[in-house]
Amino acid sequence: MTKRPFLGVVKPRLYYNVVPDEVEELPAPKKVTLLLKNGRNGGVADAVKVGDSVKTGQRLGVSAGSSEYVISSITGTISGVAPYVGVFGQVFTAITIDAGGQDTWDDGFSKEASLDVAQRFLEYIPGCPPFAVFSDTGKTIRSIVINGMDQDLSLTVNQCVVQNEAENLKRGVQILKKITGLDRVIMVVPENLVQQASTTGAEVKRVGNRYPESLPRMIMKNVLGQVVSAGETIEEAGTVFFSAEAVAAIGKAFESGQLPVSKMLTVAGKDGKTKNVKVRIGSSLGDVLRSCQTVTHDRDRLILGGPMTGLATYSEDLPVGPDTDGIVVQGEADSAQVTDYPCINCGECVRVCPVKIPVNMLVRFLEARLYEDANQLYDLNCCVECGLCSYVCTSRIPVLHYIKLGKYELSLIETSEAVNG
Amino acid sequence: MGKEKKLVVPHALFPWQPGKEGNKAEKRFIVAYGPHWHDGGKISTKNYNIVVAALPAVLMGISQYGAPALGVIALSMACAMVWEFVMNVVMGRSVSIGDGSAMVTGLLFGMLLPATAPWWVVLLGTFAAIVIGKQIFGGIGFNPLNPPLLALAMLVISFDGIFDFNEALLNYDLDFAMTYPLANLKAFGTAGIGEFGLGALFMGKQAGAIGSTFGLGLTIGGIYLLLRGYIRWEISLSFLAGIFITALLFNMADSAKYAGPAFHLVTGYTLIAAFFLIPEDSSSPVNFIPMLIFGVLAGVMTVLIRNIGAYVDGIPFSILLLNLANPLLDKIRPKAIGKVVENA
Repeated sequence: MTKRPFLGVVKPRLYYNVVPDEVEELPAPKKVTLLLKNGRNGGVADAVKVGDSVKTGQRLGVSAGSSEYVISSITGTISGVAPYVGVFGQVFTAITIDAGGQDTWDDGFSKEASLDVAQRFLEYIPGCPPFAVFSDTGKTIRSIVINGMDQDLSLTVNQCVVQNEAENLKRGVQILKKITGLDRVIMVVPENLVQQASTTGAEVKRVGNRYPESLPRMIMKNVLGQVVSAGETIEEAGTVFFSAEAVAAIGKAFESGQLPVSKMLTVAGKDGKTKNVKVRIGSSLGDVLRSCQTVTHDRDRLILGGPMTGLATYSEDLPVGPDTDGIVVQGEADSAQVTDYPCINCGECVRVCPVKIPVNMLVRFLEARLYEDANQLYDLNCCVECGLCSYVCTSRIPVLHYIKLGKYELSLIETSEAVNG
Repeated sequence: MGKEKKLVVPHALFPWQPGKEGNKAEKRFIVAYGPHWHDGGKISTKNYNIVVAALPAVLMGISQYGAPALGVIALSMACAMVWEFVMNVVMGRSVSIGDGSAMVTGLLFGMLLPATAPWWVVLLGTFAAIVIGKQIFGGIGFNPLNPPLLALAMLVISFDGIFDFNEALLNYDLDFAMTYPLANLKAFGTAGIGEFGLGALFMGKQAGAIGSTFGLGLTIGGIYLLLRGYIRWEISLSFLAGIFITALLFNMADSAKYAGPAFHLVTGYTLIAAFFLIPEDSSSPVNFIPMLIFGVLAGVMTVLIRNIGAYVDGIPFSILLLNLANPLLDKIRPKAIGKVVENA
């Protein structure tokens, strides 16, 4: 944890880790759990039953009417299908697969590169490439940005891919251009990886290594010079973000004809040492930590993602998802403790905010649950969710938590207005 | 598994695991949103630092005026904390003495008093500062006015004689002129302040309140707080600039009647106000331009009151007035990036 500098008159500076760690491939686990997002109609997977045998790379989908699916990461038998509720009430079906025998690859995936194939098979590969936006008629995508930086501190997954997998990236960029018909593919990388990135055929742009410069909205503003307005998504502004890992996985899939089922992630122990490992998607966090000799204790935090924007979760049995970029274990003494003190108006958050939100006022409105006023008067939706305001808060208010809750509640209000009106 | 013990299970599929290393306790993880890092700043740390920064000036005051000064400071701090505690109990809130805020308020209020202030003035003043100035608005972070200054203003208006430093310090005979410089200025113009050397004034050789005469100590403490980031330099420096410029203009207009800018900077409550009172968090703005306007206007008001107003020192009133303008001033702010301004 970076402490407040003695000379507090300067803003805190947090830097991304731009030197990727070595990658270690972990053996396939005995059991994986895959979280399948439920369809809009709440349809649970009746296509998936306990006792079914599945092959590695097999597409397991919900019944007709939904496009959601997962890709099995091992060969074995389905031993459990149960509902699971994630953050903000998102409902999943958790499919547990017990490993059995050698990896046998499913042959459902064809190497023929088309958008349809990509949407049918590639949305659950490492990095979760967002192909769905291309068939959304409401959005006109004009350019693709490949993020060669991780979005949170300590993590080096994408940097590692850019450094080591230039061939896969090159093929991935070609395929992306082909199936989307877009010419403008931009790769943003830190200074030290420009050389590796320049061989991939994408237009290379540099991004600074100071947090939060690699968050998508910050890249849009600083690197591409386009400010995405608060009410619209980046996709609505005509750009879609892929992680470098996703693009490399796309390249690998069409090269080998096998869907990539191993996710790279950074594991940070309590001593702050980081390590990159490659594990099967769906491995439990406990398995990964044990392989890394990282021990956990009572009252620790087990953080999915990075230290600034990650979510501390409650069980070692939760699985690694295709979008899990890191696991950070934090002892109780190192964790940021929050208080219920009110804002004392010291202004640290206002000075550190990368998008100039008056956080001191915003947090007052959020505490009072005036979400609509918070958005109209104090720019709730401008927030890029970097977490720096919570990081510097003298009162230790969980500002980012309030903001996320506020955005969620606001979206509920807006949805109900749209439905009722 | 056949668990007999009833576990609180958040979810059937991923139950909490019993401790794997033979612990009796289960291994439970703390669930939280990010960020999981914090820079370590705390309200109490900030307040303790303010007390440390104020110490040089306080010690100087105590060494000059002796035990009575120590008594006033100690009583003021103690009373402030007692009032805070009483209000916590009355309002049914958790006890907030530990954050150091009442301690700082008490210390700063004590520093504004003459060493001869009677005990009931201290008691009343801390009541005004903590109860009227802060707690009835909701406690720390909610006070619209600076608590020590509110208390001082109320007392100055109510009990004129106690804050007449010439009268209050009548029985003291230290090694410098025991008349209050600003009172001399008011009565006799610049002719009355000829005996005061600027250097001596800055070194604390002047009559005045316990903790506000030692300019050097206050400046050192203030610079410490500025560098540590505990107070906002924009407010302090613009306040001093406001005083300097206004005093300079007055002095240029009529140098027989109005003192020069340097004199205004080192006398009265100027330096304690610049570094300890005006940058108080809750009652001052946080955006850059509002901070500058706030500081400069407070400085201008101070000199206006000193030079053409009724009171000898305008500090309490000028800052309280600007405190009231704070919410309005803080509306001047940069446009958030991505904000869509909808014009009708």
